[in-house]
Amino acid sequence: MIIRQRPLHPIASSEITPKSLFDDRRAVLRTLGFGGLAAAMPTWFPTQAEAAWRPAEGKALAGTPHAKYNANVLGEDPASFDVVTTYNNFYEFGTGKGDPAENAGNFKTTPWTIKVEGAVEKPGTYDIDDLIKAEDIEDRVYRFRCVEAWSMVVPWLGVPLAKVIKRLNPTSKAKYVYFETLFDPEQMPGQRRPVLEWPYKEGLRLDEAMNPLSLLAVGVHGQVMPNQNGAPIRLIVPWKYGFKSIKSIVLMRFVEKMPPTSWSEANGREYGFYSNVNPNVSHPRWSQATEKKIGVNNVFGLPIRQPTLMFNGYEEEVAGLYKGMDLRKFY
Amino acid sequence: MNKETRLTWVIKPLVHAVSLGPLVWLIWLGLDGRFGPNPAEFINRYTGDWAIRFLLIALAVTPLRGITGMAAVMRFRRMLGLYAFFYAVLHVTSYVALDQYFAWAAIWQDILKRTYITVGMLALVILTALAATSPKAMVKKLGGRNWQRLHKLVYVAAVAAPVHFFMMRKGFQIEPLVYGGIAALLLAYRAGAWMKVRAKARAADAGAQAA
Repeated sequence: MIIRQRPLHPIASSEITPKSLFDDRRAVLRTLGFGGLAAAMPTWFPTQAEAAWRPAEGKALAGTPHAKYNANVLGEDPASFDVVTTYNNFYEFGTGKGDPAENAGNFKTTPWTIKVEGAVEKPGTYDIDDLIKAEDIEDRVYRFRCVEAWSMVVPWLGVPLAKVIKRLNPTSKAKYVYFETLFDPEQMPGQRRPVLEWPYKEGLRLDEAMNPLSLLAVGVHGQVMPNQNGAPIRLIVPWKYGFKSIKSIVLMRFVEKMPPTSWSEANGREYGFYSNVNPNVSHPRWSQATEKKIGVNNVFGLPIRQPTLMFNGYEEEVAGLYKGMDLRKFY
Repeated sequence: MNKETRLTWVIKPLVHAVSLGPLVWLIWLGLDGRFGPNPAEFINRYTGDWAIRFLLIALAVTPLRGITGMAAVMRFRRMLGLYAFFYAVLHVTSYVALDQYFAWAAIWQDILKRTYITVGMLALVILTALAATSPKAMVKKLGGRNWQRLHKLVYVAAVAAPVHFFMMRKGFQIEPLVYGGIAALLLAYRAGAWMKVRAKARAADAGAQAA
């Protein structure tokens, strides 16, 4: 069978007016009809001054290349922008892989604040622009491995989570950091269904969070994070299954005890707190020994299947975190 | 045109055309490059959906006759059941060929270890047995009673298929439950009919004793 892969967007995405901008323009035209130019001003000039690093979706975003985590070192080609932005698990926007791209278009990510609380010296509600500094943004190409036994190589842009945490000064009581996704069923139609207990919850042990690999990503493929990929800010922990990498974060809480996480709450037998990529521990539904590599096709136009690596290939960087732990027990 | 010719030459081809529609549409989507980045997953979900749908449609034929009294619909029951089998075979073939690339050892491990696959395979084995014994000659060969007993296994498949679907989905999802609910209704109809027959037989027994 010949499967012709037609580009999903024949027009370069850079040429498309972002939906938000389009809507704004419409709003302007509408308002002009009634209240004249003065009334249109507030919609035309955003009240919130946009930070230089965070223009509207679909715009270029630059970061400093990270010497160790670039495509050449990894030796693997990243999945294309189209693939990365049309094949997503983001249940807040629907359970189908294409649902997030379809339903997240109007998701409002400006302004965006993140609440920081718990065992931390500088709690508060931070504007994303105060938490993420343009000069800290790095280019990082990571393997991404979903628990559903597929993977992708993705070029993220983000700030090391450790950098942000250090600025917030966790106290000695902080052993874990807990994250929550925005809860807004109006904007996130998937949250109107009881697929999971919303909002989405995730967590890391503090030493995992401080590992240099852990990234707070704000962009992908040289662009500001598209809504369907977890805009405006999401976690990336490349040695763990994808569901650990929580999207659209609005809360960071530093805690002493292991926090609950959405998937282990829904089904603790299948999803543990750690959820490290491990080809030797199979999931009740998926053997984790191999993975489909989305975006890299064989001669039949189908994704290749390759062996899964321990800690998704990041053993050198993270194995030390789990010394002496039985990874079958702490899955 | 009498009723018989209309059934054979108009309605039957029409049912075939409609039943093949999902396959034609799938091929069109493929030629148009609309399978997305993971074609195996797309094809697998699509054919699985249609296997369950045809299984439920075939199971709805008998209640439809019971409720409307339209005896002619029974002529399409076997055919619709065979389409359920047809889409189930495509579903499993897509898993074996397009998803697993014929890695038989891994497939065997999946069947043994992943409960949702075990349950799905049970449904497939049942549908295969029913399809193999569907020709009229097989009814004769097995004898009416045995044949009927064997074909009652379709009720097991009607439970197994939605269970398989529900277990495959992550989290708590409505869609498989809708199929499960329809299957439950169709099975409840049979349970009701069976109880009525038994009550009648009892009444007839009592009547015979009284006389």
